[in-house]
Amino acid sequence: MSFFKKIKNKISGTNEAVAEKFKDGLTKTRDSFTSKVNDLVFRFRVVDEEFFEELEELLLQADVGFETVMELIDLLKEEVQRKNIKDTTGMQSLISEKLVEIYNSGEEVSSELNIVEGRLNVILMVGVNGVGKTTTIGKMAARLKKEGKTVMLAAGDTFRAGAIEQLVVWGERTDVEVVRQAEGSDPAAVIFDAVKAAKKRNVDVLICDTAGRLQNKVNLMNELEKVHRVIGREIEDAPHEVLLALDATTGQNALIQAQTFNEVTNVTGIVLTKLDGTAKGGIVLAIRNKLDIPVKFVGLGEGIDDLQPFDPEKYVYGLFANGLEMEETEDEENETAEDK
Amino acid sequence: MAFEGLAERLQGTMNKITGKGKINEADVKEMMREVRFALIEADVNLKVVKQFVKTVSERSVGQDVMKSLTPGQQVVKIVKDELTNLMGGEQNPIQFARKSPTVIMMVGLQGAGKTTTTGKLATVLRKKHNKKPLLVAADVYRPAAIQQLETLGKQITVPVFSMGTDQSPVEIAKQAMEEAEREHNDVVIIDTAGRLHVDEALMQELKDIRELTNPDEVFLVVDAMTGQDAVNVAKSFDDTIGITGVILTKLDGDTRGGAALSIRTVTEKPIKFVGMGEKMDALEPFHPERMASRILGMGDVMSLIEKAQENVDEDKAKELEQKLRTQSFTLDDFLDQMQQVKKMGPLDEILKMMPGANKIKGLDNAKVDESQMGRVEAVIYSMTLAERENPEIINASRKKRIAAGSGTSTQEVNRLLKQFEEMKKMVKQMTNMQQKGKKKGKMPGFDAFFK
Repeated sequence: MSFFKKIKNKISGTNEAVAEKFKDGLTKTRDSFTSKVNDLVFRFRVVDEEFFEELEELLLQADVGFETVMELIDLLKEEVQRKNIKDTTGMQSLISEKLVEIYNSGEEVSSELNIVEGRLNVILMVGVNGVGKTTTIGKMAARLKKEGKTVMLAAGDTFRAGAIEQLVVWGERTDVEVVRQAEGSDPAAVIFDAVKAAKKRNVDVLICDTAGRLQNKVNLMNELEKVHRVIGREIEDAPHEVLLALDATTGQNALIQAQTFNEVTNVTGIVLTKLDGTAKGGIVLAIRNKLDIPVKFVGLGEGIDDLQPFDPEKYVYGLFANGLEMEETEDEENETAEDK
Repeated sequence: MAFEGLAERLQGTMNKITGKGKINEADVKEMMREVRFALIEADVNLKVVKQFVKTVSERSVGQDVMKSLTPGQQVVKIVKDELTNLMGGEQNPIQFARKSPTVIMMVGLQGAGKTTTTGKLATVLRKKHNKKPLLVAADVYRPAAIQQLETLGKQITVPVFSMGTDQSPVEIAKQAMEEAEREHNDVVIIDTAGRLHVDEALMQELKDIRELTNPDEVFLVVDAMTGQDAVNVAKSFDDTIGITGVILTKLDGDTRGGAALSIRTVTEKPIKFVGMGEKMDALEPFHPERMASRILGMGDVMSLIEKAQENVDEDKAKELEQKLRTQSFTLDDFLDQMQQVKKMGPLDEILKMMPGANKIKGLDNAKVDESQMGRVEAVIYSMTLAERENPEIINASRKKRIAAGSGTSTQEVNRLLKQFEEMKKMVKQMTNMQQKGKKKGKMPGFDAFFK
């Protein structure tokens, strides 16, 4: 069975709707990237240096980043040599296989949220300005509520105008309580209050919003560290999740973002937002490769349930779905009689 | 993990080439490879990079580069010149309408910073152009976007026109124009909702607003951190709506900002402003040359070199170099150095100009205490010549005397001596390294002087 089929089966076995959503959300991504890969395979026929050069360019254009692309290309070249592959048929699946391999090469980390029943779970949302932290929190609250958890939100972005109101609107939409103070108050104090309130009300999950901050602003990063510390002082081992929101359109700077936020708050996972545009978010491969931070969720639209758990295979499936469909039709043509 | 700038990248190639005497076309090609890498790491779009490298390489092969004694620097210069050219030499002011009001539309992806920039732009227009702007809250989709603009309006005391979230943005724009007429506002800035360039329905809405209000400026607001996709975004917005200029936001981060070049090349529309901070007045005109340096990770070396040339005495510099090599560097020389540096201007400015300075964490906020330098000077002046030549002889009672003489404490004297010792060690390491031909390391302890 081909690699694609394996994934396809795995996905459809679990949840058809989610796979569809991934496919829909990634349509634009896929159209541009996959069709190019197909085009490449079609044009070259023979695997040679030029083929790799063009492939390298494709990946660079997906923001994967130089070093990781080089690594991938080396892996592929090795494989091609080992298996003595001459023509380009089947290269699509080899490429995606290696992409998943690079992603999975790090430590085995579950992409599930670290939520344990019977305790107060604290999630801290961090990231630079305008990546979609508050929106993600809204969607995540809806998601957790659907799973039957009680959720509380903390309006820790006391800096940006309208940020508190934005979270309050999400609170109303999802019917979740929002702990807030006036704009301009100390974020650590807001979070402190929220933790107290969450303990008292016995909620399952407290999600803390923070103001967007550029990672090179030392004062603001110190402030974030304080927020992190305050949570840890109130509850042992907390925050249980520190999620870094990353805009899929962001280029190489995302790597520095991940690194710096990780130093300050010990990031446990990434939420890749705005993946429904044409941006590919390839930088998450580099981040995973270099820093071993897994992607836990992806934002695939503006709707309340457009936040989906990340699965590297599905992600790659989304990227290569066209290739898959082509392969499938070929298969079907071969075995029509048996199927129908 | 901070990325290497072009100069550092080329250094590696140059080391391979030096000693050959002459460089050939293959060497230039090798250097172009580095140029390509550097630009890609700065997030310049690959297609733009290709075109650009082609131009630069033609210039490099043909010209003086190959004959030059410092081909690496020549290439850097050509690259920088070309970059600056591409990003549009002249500054580009806002176009005002002949007949008031001037209408400005803000468009862009979600989270690019449209609303914040709207507030900043209003501040600039009011303070620098003496205008009376009206802000229009036409983002009815994102929760609390209207409140955000209203809060900003209050902060900067500029009126905000809003009709809640139940009206269509086109209707809001229409009524806002009437309001501007009534209230005699001479600029109307329409803050639209962030949208994906592939969202046809929402793009149509922007088209409708554009047709209705006939804006003098349509600004595409772009996050400076945007990667390869910047070209698609810019092209779509330009093709569908037609933009007149670009505002680059979040440039106070540490991104290289290659998106600026991509967008400029694809749309050929000028970059008019850059967002440089969270405060309402942190919107600055765009300087192509600075942007070019930034993309190349160069720091503002040109001005640094100019300053150094103006102020540094060449003979003295040679003498110093000799001393460094033979490790006969004394406190007197240290004093000399400090004075020369001081002549160049405020230290924190100089530090910022240094290539690679952006890599040193916290340097942005570092405030160099110039008075501290005065104290160091005083301490050295309070020493005898023998002590300056040979700091080892400074014992406890000498330290007391020096402290009293300079109006400092023995702790401060101790600290200076220790730092001087460390610096000597460092210099020793560096000269050793250079002799071995190894790559120059960082300068540990250098910033300790300014803490």
